[in-house]
Amino acid sequence: MSQEFEFFRKFLRERSGLVLTPDKQYLLESRLMPVARKAGVSSLPELAVKLSRATTFDPLAIQVVEAMTTNESFFFRDKVPFDNFQQVMIPHFLQSRANERRIRIWCAAASTGQEPYSLAITVRELAAKLSGWRIEITATDLSVEVLEKAKAGIYTQFEVQRGMPINMLLKYFEQSGDTWKIDPSLRSMITWKQLNLLDDFRHLGTFDIVFCRNVLIYFDHETKSAVLEKTAKMLAPDGYLVMGAAETVVGLTTTFKPAANQRGLYSLASASAPAATLSPFAPRKIA
Amino acid sequence: MKTCLVVDDSSVIRKVARRILEDLSFTIAEAADGEEALRSCKERMPEAILLDWNMPVMDGLEFLQRLRKEPGGDKPIVVFCTTENDVAHIARAMRAGANEYIMKPFDREIVESKFQEVGLI
Ligand SMILES: C[S@@+](CC[C@H](N)C(=O)[O-])C[C@H]1O[C@@H](n2cnc3c(N)ncnc32)[C@H](O)[C@@H]1O
Repeated sequence: MSQEFEFFRKFLRERSGLVLTPDKQYLLESRLMPVARKAGVSSLPELAVKLSRATTFDPLAIQVVEAMTTNESFFFRDKVPFDNFQQVMIPHFLQSRANERRIRIWCAAASTGQEPYSLAITVRELAAKLSGWRIEITATDLSVEVLEKAKAGIYTQFEVQRGMPINMLLKYFEQSGDTWKIDPSLRSMITWKQLNLLDDFRHLGTFDIVFCRNVLIYFDHETKSAVLEKTAKMLAPDGYLVMGAAETVVGLTTTFKPAANQRGLYSLASASAPAATLSPFAPRKIA
Repeated sequence: MKTCLVVDDSSVIRKVARRILEDLSFTIAEAADGEEALRSCKERMPEAILLDWNMPVMDGLEFLQRLRKEPGGDKPIVVFCTTENDVAHIARAMRAGANEYIMKPFDREIVESKFQEVGLI
């Protein structure tokens, strides 16, 4: 293994949690050479030297970290989490938050915005049930670049065709040339913030629902566990954690337990009422 | 196995669509225009139709309007697949009874995503 590979591996692991395995060495080349060239250096070893002298907030360090993130996302990704959101989570909070009339949602790796916007659209579709409620969506990501794109809410024809039903496209987007711009009123339902999951994030407050999907997969075991433990502390006692289709908390933490029959949906192990087993067809008995 | 009728005047597009849909376990029938497609449907209603708009003889929209009036013609799930990508066209197609809409150019992922959307896979 080359010396600079070792350097980048350590650098990325410290900065973003990314685990770079030797078989991914080609990614360094393809993703970092453009960054290197822009910085006026012509090779990865040179880039490594420059980085080794960089401070935490050096733009070059940030560019390198961002360039190595994988930002793929699509609207209503995997579908099931959004069905669960509508049919399990929202009905639960409609009862348990009837006094506060407020539900706080966090997208912990929002990337280019498809996930928070899919939630915002679902909320809007439920407007009749949620009238008088405050639904707050906080969307965070490590990468400033993807957040800028998310905030702009402008998608290519290719992007809007991955997961967005055509009727929703007509209803919530405005076409401009060959791009599609999301309705500004949906944009304003979401608060955007840059956030590294390796850092402390208690300042975000308490959430009822956390979508943390397709980001832990890039971390090592220890980092995954640590992020989940921190997330647990920010979840309301009857809150939900949603993970990606190929992800699980099993083996990483005992703080969460899988929700019965709901893949990818978790609640706190300490939760008293089995919130997760609540079904829309079996309304909870009021004691 | 479900059958998908691929309607497009371009044999290249039909071939591309066939390859994608066969991988999704569909049996494929082909038609090069709306009239051919209508004949094919009268013989055997497919479960799904991937439908181009601009074609000689009979275009996709007219085909769809006629199909929906045929006995059993309300059954097939119709996914438009066309270069007509403006809101007015899309809205017209949906009003005429289309179930989903693909704007060309398309790829495997889009077809898969749209077919999932309408519950075909
Ligand atoms: C594949 S996307 C997932 C997007 C969306 N959640 C989904 O499932 O479609 C992964 C995102 O995680 C972000 N990410 C990577 N490391 C991170 C970290 N340490 N803290 C916060 N976000 C991170 C990347 O910038 C990227 O946008």
